[in-house]
Amino acid sequence: MKRYSVFSLLRNALGYHRDWQQAWRSPDPKPEYDVIIVGGGGHGLATAHYLAKEHGITNVAVLEKGWLGGGNTGRNTTIIRSNYLWDQSAGLYEKSLQLFEGLTQDINYNIMFSQRGVLNLVHTIGEVRDAKRRVYANKLNGIDSEYVGPEELLKICPILNLDPNNRYPVLGSTWQPRGGSARHDAVAWGLARSADSRGVDIIQNCEVTGFDIENGHITGVQTTRGAIKSKKVGVVVAGHCTVMSDMAGFRMPIESHPLQAMVSEPVKPIIDTVVMSGHVHVYVSQSDKGGLVIGAGIDAHNGYSQRGSLPIVEEQLAAAVELFPIFSRMRILRTWAGIVDTAPDASPIISKTPVNGLYFNCGWGTGGFKATPGSGWVFAHTIARDEPHALNAAFSLDRFSTGDLIDEHGAAGVAH
Amino acid sequence: MLLIECPWCGKRDETEFSYGHEAHIARPEDPAKLSDDEWADYLFMRKNPKGLHLERWAHSAGCRRWFNMARNTHTNQVMGVYKMGELPPKMDSGS
Repeated sequence: MKRYSVFSLLRNALGYHRDWQQAWRSPDPKPEYDVIIVGGGGHGLATAHYLAKEHGITNVAVLEKGWLGGGNTGRNTTIIRSNYLWDQSAGLYEKSLQLFEGLTQDINYNIMFSQRGVLNLVHTIGEVRDAKRRVYANKLNGIDSEYVGPEELLKICPILNLDPNNRYPVLGSTWQPRGGSARHDAVAWGLARSADSRGVDIIQNCEVTGFDIENGHITGVQTTRGAIKSKKVGVVVAGHCTVMSDMAGFRMPIESHPLQAMVSEPVKPIIDTVVMSGHVHVYVSQSDKGGLVIGAGIDAHNGYSQRGSLPIVEEQLAAAVELFPIFSRMRILRTWAGIVDTAPDASPIISKTPVNGLYFNCGWGTGGFKATPGSGWVFAHTIARDEPHALNAAFSLDRFSTGDLIDEHGAAGVAH
Repeated sequence: MLLIECPWCGKRDETEFSYGHEAHIARPEDPAKLSDDEWADYLFMRKNPKGLHLERWAHSAGCRRWFNMARNTHTNQVMGVYKMGELPPKMDSGS
């Protein structure tokens, strides 16, 4: 694999950019692999990347039913932060944020990681108390997090409307300066390129249609491109995880919902941070192209349609315009939806399953993008060693039997 | 937006309704005898099918009554509506 650098850019510019090497191969599936990853989104590709890089397991296939990063990886609002309440979540999300900080160098691919800071606004006295509690918990876990009042808030984001006569007045905010965003496509493509260069086969347009299970052990998968054998299979398919667990014969505590996002027409730089509000349910940042990327809430009902209800869009835009009256005459270019897998405690499940050799990584719900490298890091460890990493031991499937839930509704909420 | 036919009020917009998740989950007959796994199954495990789903809705901004609905979660086609306590009508999967 040729490295990307300023010199390769110059060299290829002289050749009119006709000689760039392809970023990854498109091989036919082999009859057998050491590990199969089902799902070619960010989390699956990160898992393959770390399996190869950290554990030396390179005979790996990533099976993707559509195209790379065409699911939630390409549909989210790219917000990255780690200010979660509980120790278990703080450990996992902070690991991910730290991996993001070095990812561009690690995979030799510019993911355009921008630590522009993340605000989480609060609008009621109860929320102020919750936010301060979360900030204090973050500090104890070594995470950069502060509570800011209206004056400081206006310095960070001058276009915010702090009028006390608002329907939902802004009272303050949490602030994580190391949070921010990254280019989601680049994350998927860079991880794919890195995994491929270490020998991982990335197989697109290959849908898993069944699991081969003998005496409680996984032996392979059935796909639209034939049967493929493997003694270890990791499933990372977001909204379709119960479709997979139904095939494997066990139940999951997951419901799938459409989550919508939208982008406005491009304008000059107007907002240089990420602003989120779980209370009025909207989050806004500005992309490098100038479009305002605005996220919405989930449709309440279960759904797999990859399109949400219009009233949700209306609510989100009403909230956005109240927070930022300056946006009121902007036009929305596109809206879309992805199918998110919500768990009862708003925390992921990264776990062994009742089938030996079959591992699930799901339940990221509305906020999986920020965890992409961390999720891959711990899932690769779980698959390679057949036991969880210290950072994901608490995120097992059996926590729903033991009652040891990790309730992150406050930190997850709408917030991504 | 879904167009939902309340059994009492007729067809109304989705915004008038609240969602009550999966229908026909029976309360345990003898809760004291349940194992931890059986409690987990009752409290947390859900069908979440891609296709025909039997679910509960409440007409919150109308008659405020609960009812059951059969809907295809992939196409959003509403397959039928029936009252609480009734069994689902016969239907194809609507896919």
